[in-house]
Amino acid sequence: MKKTGAEIVIECLKREGVRHIFGYPGGVILNIFDLLYDEKDIQLILTRHEQAAVHAADGYARASGKVGVALVTSGPGATNTVTGLATAYMDSIPIVVMSGQVPTKLIGNDAFQEADIVGITRPCTKHNFLVKDIKDLARIMREAFYIASSGRPGPVLIDLPKDVTGDKVPFQWPDSVRLRSYNPRYEGNKFMIKQAVNAIQKAKKPIIISGGGTVLSNAAQELRELAEVTDIPVIMTLMGLGSFPGTHRLSLGMPGMHGTYYANMAIQNSDLIIAVGMRFDDRVTGRLSDFAPNASIIHIDIDPTSIRKNVPVDIPIVGDAKKVLKILVNLLKQEKDRQWEAIRKAWLKEIQSWKKARPLTYHYSEDVIKPQYVVEKLYELTKGNAIISTEVGQNQMWAAQFYKFDKPRHWLTSGGLGTMGYGFPSAMGAQIAFPKKTVIDIAGDGSIQMNIQELATCVIYKIPVKVAILNNQYLGMVRQWQELFYNERYSHTHLDLVPDFVKVAEAYGAVGLRAEKPSEVEPVIKEALKVKDRPVFMDFIVDWKEKVYPMVPAGAAIDEMIFEEEPEKKKKKLRAVK
Amino acid sequence: MRHTISVLVENRFGVLSRVAGLFSGRGYNIESLSVGETTDPQISLMTIVTTGDDQIIEQITKQLNKLIDVIKVVDLTEVDHVEREMVLIKVAPRQEDKAEVLRLTEIFRGRVVDSSPRTYTVEITGDEKKIAAFVELMRSFGIKEFVRSGRIAIAREGIKKGK
Ligand SMILES: Cc1ncc(C[n+]2csc(CCOP(=O)(O)OP(=O)(O)O)c2C)c(N)n1
Ligand SMILES: [Mg+2]
Repeated sequence: MKKTGAEIVIECLKREGVRHIFGYPGGVILNIFDLLYDEKDIQLILTRHEQAAVHAADGYARASGKVGVALVTSGPGATNTVTGLATAYMDSIPIVVMSGQVPTKLIGNDAFQEADIVGITRPCTKHNFLVKDIKDLARIMREAFYIASSGRPGPVLIDLPKDVTGDKVPFQWPDSVRLRSYNPRYEGNKFMIKQAVNAIQKAKKPIIISGGGTVLSNAAQELRELAEVTDIPVIMTLMGLGSFPGTHRLSLGMPGMHGTYYANMAIQNSDLIIAVGMRFDDRVTGRLSDFAPNASIIHIDIDPTSIRKNVPVDIPIVGDAKKVLKILVNLLKQEKDRQWEAIRKAWLKEIQSWKKARPLTYHYSEDVIKPQYVVEKLYELTKGNAIISTEVGQNQMWAAQFYKFDKPRHWLTSGGLGTMGYGFPSAMGAQIAFPKKTVIDIAGDGSIQMNIQELATCVIYKIPVKVAILNNQYLGMVRQWQELFYNERYSHTHLDLVPDFVKVAEAYGAVGLRAEKPSEVEPVIKEALKVKDRPVFMDFIVDWKEKVYPMVPAGAAIDEMIFEEEPEKKKKKLRAVK
Repeated sequence: MRHTISVLVENRFGVLSRVAGLFSGRGYNIESLSVGETTDPQISLMTIVTTGDDQIIEQITKQLNKLIDVIKVVDLTEVDHVEREMVLIKVAPRQEDKAEVLRLTEIFRGRVVDSSPRTYTVEITGDEKKIAAFVELMRSFGIKEFVRSGRIAIAREGIKKGK
């Protein structure tokens, strides 16, 4: 039977199990939008900006593990997706973005709303396609979903010229995808895994560093077993938060620039690093020449390019984290008479002393709201069960430090690209995937203004995302760098005018709440959590002087940390976080 | 160190810019690049000459392999192989030097493919050293124009270096 290109697109989406698309229409993509007008099985969520549509698809994918989908028009619609694609690319998130394109005959003619989006997005997609012939359409749709979600996942863009979605051909769904040039390797090399077992047996001071790859490969259970069987402490990178329970006795929290003192000390003193699905980003390693000077490294990653890109690796294992860890754990379990606990005692004790010496703290105040206090209260009042997204800046780091993630896929943050404006739309996407869950965007007053228009989307579709704005009137993280490294010259980081977020929320028909004193924090959060039918802005007026600590200055070794000075005097209580 | 890498790719539009973009985006350097269809019209072969330490070359080959349209990557430097390049040189020797140009062309097994009252255009094929030597010799006669094809290479059958 003959189908139009647009019908083929919809049919393929259905066969891929797509239920939601985030999108924005325009001239050359109308063939598809026209079909969505009476489509029952697929809902299009009309965002207010194409960037937000892509972030929403990304949040949907991170939270659910399914491929997120966005649909936009050509030219400006397509170029607006670039930040979203780059964000997903850096964090290996499986999304498919379909963009309209001018008719094939006009391509290259500088036609109205023409942009070479395949050229523009080549370096920020895992792969992209321009469909030049409708006969290739079904195959390309299939390949796009396969490429996005297999191997090391990532965003894929499909550019759809108007005539391709308008013409008709007999539809044929390819039974399988076969790409001679793309065969991701899932099984780890057995010999290397045995080497890893040997190394783990010999190690006196081993640590595990778990990254976003553990989450993507759904390997949290296997990772936990590895840690528990061998009594090895676990450090989670920013992307790896939730891949191991943050409240676990073996958890050391996050490493690197704003990591915990004890995570960084453990790395620097370790003799073996078991790196799982992480890529030794510079924010993690600090000065490379001084990184983990005594450690040999086992590196498990599905992407061979991640291995030995930044650090020398002793035992490389290319493969899927879940599969590799399963075999590794089984081999280690066979060592029944090994007294792991006794072996590990001295090392865990040493780590404990670092934990005691410098726990993750902040100075509570009764007069002014400390941003960390807000995050702590959010954790407490949601019992650690919320899906948390963040913007970028201090808000992101405080969220990472003070919300303890026990489960994977509850933490949505732009780790690699550091995209301000990511948190709100991605929370929206996650809420679409999980309508019943509490979804909170921990935001900065600067970042939230980068996609604030999505309030409309949330109101219209009754998406009850909560946004906790840590309102410090500053581009706080940049201000922090200026204070510490640029002689307190605050060039263009004071926002001068921050809108009344309560009124903004109300203007859109959302709920707006404000807390100006520490005593108001809890009531505001409780009030917000009650709202189930619309978005809520919580405007927390926080101490603008607050900085994120500890901190490793850029270019320093990770044990060269700066800590917060003691508060000047009296009354202020030191709060340790367990 | 200099490496000659041979890359088998799907013969689709955009592949060249994916490969070139990989090099420019990651700050790797391309000394020469030549592309052509193979006997299978759906597949093209690229020969890339690049330089870098072991770690960079390892990244380059891995990153190339990661591109969806790349079928196979072989670092020919690791195997015994034959390399060739062709250059066309237009020289304008003085009257009294003309015979010498022709003589040298003969010695290097080049060919004169075009001549005018004032110039000879010489075609010469060979490996890097031979071409460099010939170009050096021609310099003193006044090179007017100079084009090179970029290097192509192929592994020798059977014998492999190392193991
Ligand atoms: C799109 C984008 N532009 C610029 C930056 C650089 N940047 C990083 S943090 C930051 C300040 C963020 O301010 P705000 O959202 O108020 O967060 P705060 O640090 O105050 O919590 C800026 C400008 C960025 N990460 N993303
Ligand atoms: Mg701010």
